[in-house]
Amino acid sequence: MRNTSRRYQGGLALALLASAAIAVGGSALAQEAIKIGVLEDQSGDFAAATMVKVHAIELAAEEINAAGGIDGRPIELVIYDTQSDNTRYQEFMRRVLQRDQVDVVFAGFSSASREAYRPIVNQFDGLAFYNNQYEGGVCDANMIVTGAVPEQQFSTLIPWMMETYGNKVYTIAADYNFGQISAEWVRNIVAEYGGEMVGEEFIPLGVSQFSQTVQNIQAAQPDFVVTLLVGAAQASYYEQAAAANVGLPMASSVNVGQGYEHKRFTPPSLKDMYVTTNYIEEVDTQESAAFLEKFRAKFPDEPYINQEAANSYIAMHLYKQLVERAGTTDREALRAVIAEGDVCFDGPSGRVCLDPKSQHMSHTIFLARVTEDHSIEFPTVWENIEPYWLGEAGCDLTQNDPSEQYTPSSPPPGN
Amino acid sequence: MDLLPTAFAVLYQFGDAFAFLVIASAGLAVIFGMMGVINLAHGEFIMCGAYVTVAVARLGVPLPLAILTGALVAGLIGMLIERLIIRHLYHRTLDSIVATWGISLIATQGVLIVLGSTMQGVGTPLGSITVGSLSYSTYRLVLMGMALVLLLGLYLLFYHTRYGVVSRATIQAPHMARALGVDTGRIYSLTFGFGAALAGLAGGLYAPTMTMVPTMGATFIVESFVTVVVGGADIFLGAAPAAAVLAVIRASLTAWQGQLFGQIGLLIAVIIVIRVLPGGLSGWFLRTGR
Repeated sequence: MRNTSRRYQGGLALALLASAAIAVGGSALAQEAIKIGVLEDQSGDFAAATMVKVHAIELAAEEINAAGGIDGRPIELVIYDTQSDNTRYQEFMRRVLQRDQVDVVFAGFSSASREAYRPIVNQFDGLAFYNNQYEGGVCDANMIVTGAVPEQQFSTLIPWMMETYGNKVYTIAADYNFGQISAEWVRNIVAEYGGEMVGEEFIPLGVSQFSQTVQNIQAAQPDFVVTLLVGAAQASYYEQAAAANVGLPMASSVNVGQGYEHKRFTPPSLKDMYVTTNYIEEVDTQESAAFLEKFRAKFPDEPYINQEAANSYIAMHLYKQLVERAGTTDREALRAVIAEGDVCFDGPSGRVCLDPKSQHMSHTIFLARVTEDHSIEFPTVWENIEPYWLGEAGCDLTQNDPSEQYTPSSPPPGN
Repeated sequence: MDLLPTAFAVLYQFGDAFAFLVIASAGLAVIFGMMGVINLAHGEFIMCGAYVTVAVARLGVPLPLAILTGALVAGLIGMLIERLIIRHLYHRTLDSIVATWGISLIATQGVLIVLGSTMQGVGTPLGSITVGSLSYSTYRLVLMGMALVLLLGLYLLFYHTRYGVVSRATIQAPHMARALGVDTGRIYSLTFGFGAALAGLAGGLYAPTMTMVPTMGATFIVESFVTVVVGGADIFLGAAPAAAVLAVIRASLTAWQGQLFGQIGLLIAVIIVIRVLPGGLSGWFLRTGR
């Protein structure tokens, strides 16, 4: 009797377990999570500018999940720390695409890291969002770029600076693809507007001592200096230039908007730094205030909410819209939605839209000026600038997919 | 351009490169030269000195005092690490390299986790001076002076004090020194701590001119290793002349072709020296001197 009772109980337990498993399996099937890989630098030389991107993605994921997920499916983030190291990017990109089987990847700060992982995304035919401003020119169907590009940042900034301060320009740039190609853009725009490059110097990443560079700049007597410096080590330039009393206005596409140098350095070392950015936390609009409030509520200790944080947040919402409109996470279906040309989002930086030809994003560009006490003012704003260069140069991802990066000196073939 | 301002500009750049090489490499040279330990955590002792300096200076303590505090804290941590880890690895060069590398990784990541990705700096004091058409940071002139004071101080310490004699005896013949009643363990501990304190001093001196991030020590590493490798084991016969030679190479190449060529010049100098003078400059001086 005891025996049967035990057997009976055992059977009951088994049945219970089985039914529970079916219930769990069933519900998982009904709303299988959408997996998003996040590869950003949470340590190393770039961490200061990129930790906030991870937080922005977490914020957006929490928000979207609380509102019912993407098309009823919850978001699951797969986050790895890429340590400001290009080989880590390649390693982790293989891992998220092969082992973790993510639906989409949000990845990359430096252009070197992007070019390191891009062939892997192509190889496994994945989809990656690059949420960073950069030197432009990536024409690749596997990539969606939400960061600003030179026609948005330099074609606005350089003519404005030349009109305000004069025609003689000196560029110092980080010595890798970002700095070299950005410097080429600056050189071209300066020539186009009848200015003169009085000097150009490329600084290896990791260099922190700038005495000679400061002296070269002073000797060349430019009207303003274009600073395209990257990473924490190179940021030492501002302190050293200020200590030597260089006193020249500076123009940049990367400072303040990424590395919040105006918060980290002692005033007035960044006085008269001008930056074109699509978002920084000083932007004083209703959308920005709402974004900041949500961000600070979840991450009260965040040192600075920069343009890359806004772009990452926007990218999450754009992805949600793409998947919901396509009804699937299949990349070609998502691209068909982009090709309709009306994928837009009203986010922290105002209204932004995806361009079907280049899969880049339109931006409202703010000109930020750092004042003597390191507060920010906005002398001018350029509304809604399209990422037009790639399309005009001959990149059309709705027709073909060259998976190349083009520059003004090596444009798409046949043009 | 007039002759005098031009001469000053050239001298300033040379002095600036020289000061950086001497100050950055002194701690490494002492630990390597006196103890034969290749300290890959050198950059992190520099970072430690810089962080302590800035933290103390921001409390309102005068900068020179803050810098000394930074050096002191780095030295104490150095002595602690010597007691716990390095002590067990003397005469095991490869093991000590791995151990100090591990310490450096732990320090960098630990600071990142505990103190965050950046820290606000203190700003460079003393303003600037103008010579001819160019202006220069006065603080960097002070750094040049500090490099000379540092070399003089080290010379006096190692050649004119009891600690100096005993420590050199400990390095050259540890068994004999012990037989004569020297507490060699204490000397090792003091010397490692002293090297770490010199690294901390480097961090403190350069902290006002740099970005405060956990990885800041890494920007000193190449220059300090290059100086010590070119110089060889003896800090006076080696590191000081090596710094002078490398400063000339670096300053002139940077002035001529920019930072990249300055870096390349330094590295080529190392390759040539390793090939031609395996013992570094000091090994060559000692050989030809005999």
